Amino acid sequence: MSAAANPILEIDQITLAFGGVKALNGVSFEVAPGSITSVIGPNGAGKTSMFNTISGFYRPTSGHIRFLGEDITQRPAPQRAKLGLARSFQNIALFRGMTVLDNIKLGRHCHLHTGVFDALFYYGRARREEVRLRADIEERIIDFLEIDHIRNAPVAALSYGLQKRVEMARALAMQPKVLMLDEPVAGMNREETEDMARFILDVREEWGITILMVEHDMGMVMDLSDHVVVLNFGEVIADGTPAAVQGNPEVIRAYLGSGDVEELRRKLRGEVAT
Amino acid sequence: MIDFDWLLLFEVSLAGIGSGGLYALAGLAFVLIFKATKVVNLAIGEMLMMGAYFFFAMASTLGWPIWLGVVVAVLGSGALGALIERLLIRPMLGESPISVFMITIGLSSILVGAVELIWGADQMRLPDFMPSDPVLIGEAMVPPKIFYGFLVATGLIAVVLVVFRFWRGGIALRATASDQAAAYSMGINVPRVFSLAWVVGAMVAAIAGIIVGSISSLSPTMGVFGLSVLVVVIVGGLDSVAGALVGGIVVGLVEAWSGTYLGGQYKMLSTFSLLVLILMVRPYGLFGTHEIERL
Repeated sequence: MSAAANPILEIDQITLAFGGVKALNGVSFEVAPGSITSVIGPNGAGKTSMFNTISGFYRPTSGHIRFLGEDITQRPAPQRAKLGLARSFQNIALFRGMTVLDNIKLGRHCHLHTGVFDALFYYGRARREEVRLRADIEERIIDFLEIDHIRNAPVAALSYGLQKRVEMARALAMQPKVLMLDEPVAGMNREETEDMARFILDVREEWGITILMVEHDMGMVMDLSDHVVVLNFGEVIADGTPAAVQGNPEVIRAYLGSGDVEELRRKLRGEVAT
Repeated sequence: MIDFDWLLLFEVSLAGIGSGGLYALAGLAFVLIFKATKVVNLAIGEMLMMGAYFFFAMASTLGWPIWLGVVVAVLGSGALGALIERLLIRPMLGESPISVFMITIGLSSILVGAVELIWGADQMRLPDFMPSDPVLIGEAMVPPKIFYGFLVATGLIAVVLVVFRFWRGGIALRATASDQAAAYSMGINVPRVFSLAWVVGAMVAAIAGIIVGSISSLSPTMGVFGLSVLVVVIVGGLDSVAGALVGGIVVGLVEAWSGTYLGGQYKMLSTFSLLVLILMVRPYGLFGTHEIERL
């Protein structure tokens, strides 16, 4: 799938510098609506920095991020969440003291607009209706991700794979337009990985949610993605379909090194400037 | 010692629980701020003091009615809390916890200095606003100020707990306390939660300060009360509301018992011995989370 005429998310010449270190350097790519787009690259390539910039944790030094055609570069993270950008984290970020259900319920926090007194006194019909609708959605999510049996368990007691699933459920409860997954299957066994891959495909099918993910599991990336973006040292070195990216010589070099042992030796001896 | 005076013990214990309620209230103010922002606020005693002086300015100097004085003093302290957060704490976001800790030490000196500049270093009396008839519980007499102070403290603690259990802001605060990054990405405005915690913390501290000030007297050294509050929250666990309540009562009781049976000079000694003991057995306090920062 090539980038459509109207991308849902557009990354335009993003540069992110920490002091003199450029974590991202002129990164541009587009995410087509309804696609599964993956960002890959060796460790330290800037994938998570990219994610943090898109979700608003970092402010880029220059460049723009457009979401649904609107420039969101200057918007703080909570507003981006309201607009429909949800994310998960590389090292699970759940509210550990709370139960699975409480975590999921917090996902709708960004869409509520009641104050202290509203919550205590005003319970109009429209609101009750809304509350019911929300509960329906939460039930669907719990059902869909097969976590019904643990809904009242404290998240701290769950296995790693299940925690990842709860994190995804919480992101879905935000009813996002784009779901950003930071290494959704890192540290999972074969079976858990396959489950997660199935869930990711189903999220797109059932809810029509666009998916942007960072992942190291190449098998999964190539199987699921419509579009792959390869980062290395903060720059996009390849961008296209899985097949096109797999055959790209620069990508192979980035992942495996040049493979020339003699050249490495010369570099070590300082004969060749790196 | 065949005729042990059980009535005395009962009276002393009641007085201890009474002042423990105040410790718990001040501890709550500390915990609210720590829970949300992970800032160890050493200026908590001075924030109490500011509330009491604001009340003094309204009720004594300006001669306003007591209730209005309390409301304005509490609102003023809330504004001061917001100011502290914006000017001193927010710019330190992401710096080492020790630096922020040092800032709060500096803050306590600034507040004491401000009070001495405006009101002078002499002791002053707050207007009496609590009934002065002694309260009888069974045969035991309880000093009225401590009794009513305890009632106000428990009432206020209950209100704060209920509000933070059911109000969205409270849920946002708990989520922020649990995981800042996750809360931020879920549409929770984390900086606003920080401000909220400081405002509410300062307001709760102000009420505790008004009660403490009217039980004893008003002076720039009132912040020493904060030292006992620190013991309370360390005993209870820095981030535990329940810990602040239990810790408050425990410290209140220990102070009252040692003051009566050992002599006033042993009060501080026994509370701090208790602190050392608890830290040896449970380094994170009675109810604290295990991951808290060690300073």
